[in-house]
Amino acid sequence: MTRQQRSAPYVLASTMQVAKGLALVLAAFLMCLADPVRSNEAPPGDGARTALGITIAYLGKTYAEAEPLSLVDKIYTDKGIQGARVGLVEDNMTGRLIGQHYALVEAIVPEGEDIKPKALELFKSGVSLIVADLEPADLLAVADLPEANDAIIMSIRSSDDRIRNEDCRKNIFHIPPDWAMRADALAQFLIWKQWRKWALISGEMPKDKDYAAAVRRAAARFGGKIVGEKSYAYVAGSRRTDTGHQQIQKQMPLLTQGLGDADVIIVADVEESFGDYLLFNSYEPRPVAGTHGLTAVSWHRSYEESAATQMQNRFERKTGRVMTERDYSAWLAVRTFGEAVTRTNSADPGVLRSYLLSDKFEVAGFKSQGMNFRRWDRQLRQPVLLAGPRALVSISPQEGFLHPKYLTDTLGYDEPESKCRQRN
Amino acid sequence: MMRLGWKLAIISFCMAHPALAGTAFISNEKDNTITMLDTGTLKVVKTVPVGKRPRGMVLSPDYKTLFICAGDDNRLDVMDTTTFEITSTHETSGPDPELLDIDHAGKFIYIANEDDGMVTVISAADGAVRGEIQIGVEPEGMAVSPDDTIVVATSESTSMAHFIDIKSMTVIANVLVDTRPRVARYTPDGKEVWVTAEVGGTVSVIDADQRKIKQRLTFDIPGVRPELIQPMGVKFTPDGKRAFVALGRANRIAVIDTATYKTLSLILVGQRPWHMDFNADHTKLFTANGLSNDVTVIDVASLKAEKSVPVGRLPWGLVIKP
Repeated sequence: MTRQQRSAPYVLASTMQVAKGLALVLAAFLMCLADPVRSNEAPPGDGARTALGITIAYLGKTYAEAEPLSLVDKIYTDKGIQGARVGLVEDNMTGRLIGQHYALVEAIVPEGEDIKPKALELFKSGVSLIVADLEPADLLAVADLPEANDAIIMSIRSSDDRIRNEDCRKNIFHIPPDWAMRADALAQFLIWKQWRKWALISGEMPKDKDYAAAVRRAAARFGGKIVGEKSYAYVAGSRRTDTGHQQIQKQMPLLTQGLGDADVIIVADVEESFGDYLLFNSYEPRPVAGTHGLTAVSWHRSYEESAATQMQNRFERKTGRVMTERDYSAWLAVRTFGEAVTRTNSADPGVLRSYLLSDKFEVAGFKSQGMNFRRWDRQLRQPVLLAGPRALVSISPQEGFLHPKYLTDTLGYDEPESKCRQRN
Repeated sequence: MMRLGWKLAIISFCMAHPALAGTAFISNEKDNTITMLDTGTLKVVKTVPVGKRPRGMVLSPDYKTLFICAGDDNRLDVMDTTTFEITSTHETSGPDPELLDIDHAGKFIYIANEDDGMVTVISAADGAVRGEIQIGVEPEGMAVSPDDTIVVATSESTSMAHFIDIKSMTVIANVLVDTRPRVARYTPDGKEVWVTAEVGGTVSVIDADQRKIKQRLTFDIPGVRPELIQPMGVKFTPDGKRAFVALGRANRIAVIDTATYKTLSLILVGQRPWHMDFNADHTKLFTANGLSNDVTVIDVASLKAEKSVPVGRLPWGLVIKP
């Protein structure tokens, strides 16, 4: 399933004409002549430059995923890779102006298959820039290959806290916010609202428990109080049934009864078993936040600020669907590579790695500020969106949560708290 | 006492006389309107509905016509600046027009199509498309050189200033600047192009002939976090000696000595100033403040903010007809 994507110069499909294509080529040629940068790479006697070629691999697995509980959310099987493709087009739009060409190798293996041979194949072919759409076990298996030693692996899928702490690796960078950053983003908002008393209801899958643990940590950090806690073993079963709301209407009040005097119900249901059912069905009239209701995310269809509208439009025009969080992460990973290559004019992973970890690096991702990586765990610093089902509610960090260096370091594991031993 | 009385009489005469005052046109991104503000009385003269998401605006050199980018309607609205009526629309603007500039003969308009990575060139008279030029991702800034030979476009996601030769309509140079360049402006003598980088927090001063960065301006404001310093609009005094740079969420206008590149003053205005313009005799600078829904008037001689006037919601563009 590996295939090489060569991207054509970016031209609106509707206006693509042969004449225009030729004009573009001519323009690009003239630019090459006019721009003196990197002329040392041109072969002797050749006026034009040799383009710098950069290959990025998208390494993923077709994991079976929990289907969204709500029929409003469509099921997509190409989350992530579509974002990477859009990012590649943008890298090449910049690249063609300065003699850089980006290629994307798509390497996605079936769930039952071992990821390591595919990763080895990539490393042996000389690819060292990886966008990893992998769950933690596979991610670590790839990162621990001796051939991966000099690679830069951008993890775009997992929010797991452990792979940023005790299981961190020097060659893994993390694009999406982890559970701790998400729970902290939510907690700051709830504290700002003076909704300090929380009832926590969590599912029984491992990721549900991870999220619940992050909520407890956030409560302790910011002064929230968990007044009641329940875990809920509910099997979602079929997504579509002809009846069922009557049962939900009776079950959810029971579930949410006796949780103490809470201001808000926090639900930890990453695996989409029951979270959406809590809205308007709680025993007491309480707002719902967490994995459902008010959610902490890096991207949302309702988000439009800081030119996010342009990104939403570009993505939808190219793919015919809305941009998901994983698409955004993959887009940002490919843009991060592009930004580092553009600024250093190098495809050498060592050069790129030190640039990514330096103070000079910043990547724009529609969050109104440049974003860079925390040196201690290589997590991308970023504001976190707080989105309701239909609209953006706020963006954390909230006013008044201060940090001596970066306000965004009030979210997640700050340097003294980090358990990552493989530091830079 | 007598003299003061005379002064007051003169002032009130001036204020009552519309011919002496200019008109500021402010695009309200959220309201889909243009607010007309009398630059003398500071009263709102009229508010006119236009296309969706109005942002960039430019006046024709004779000040008779205002061209307004209505991004979400994918068109330019054309306003008569005497009657304040929309007289026509140019649907030929290309998708999502954001900012634009016009040549000094008033013949051609250069439009940044933010969604589409290109510049569209149309005739000011009838909107006929003269050409399209592919540049980087998310074009925004647009500046025609004083001699009408070059237009500089910035692309926000590509972080470049693209120099386009107007005659051949081709890109002849690309200058890498800091992250998210938003506005490009030529100095009055045409020797430099100033490009603001909103996320980078800097202004790149580019030598217009060499097409290389000769100076990079940074801003350090006590008590303001660096990530809130987001340079946006730029205006030069007619003699080119001073530059005014809107610093976005730092809520300030930086005043820069163009000879030494030193910041002379930081003027606190409303929240998130975007674009600016001078009144007719260049004694006052008006800023459109995006987050506080108002316009701040700065006295150019004393560099003091004098007054803020409420306009529509999310004011973005601001141009003044003398």
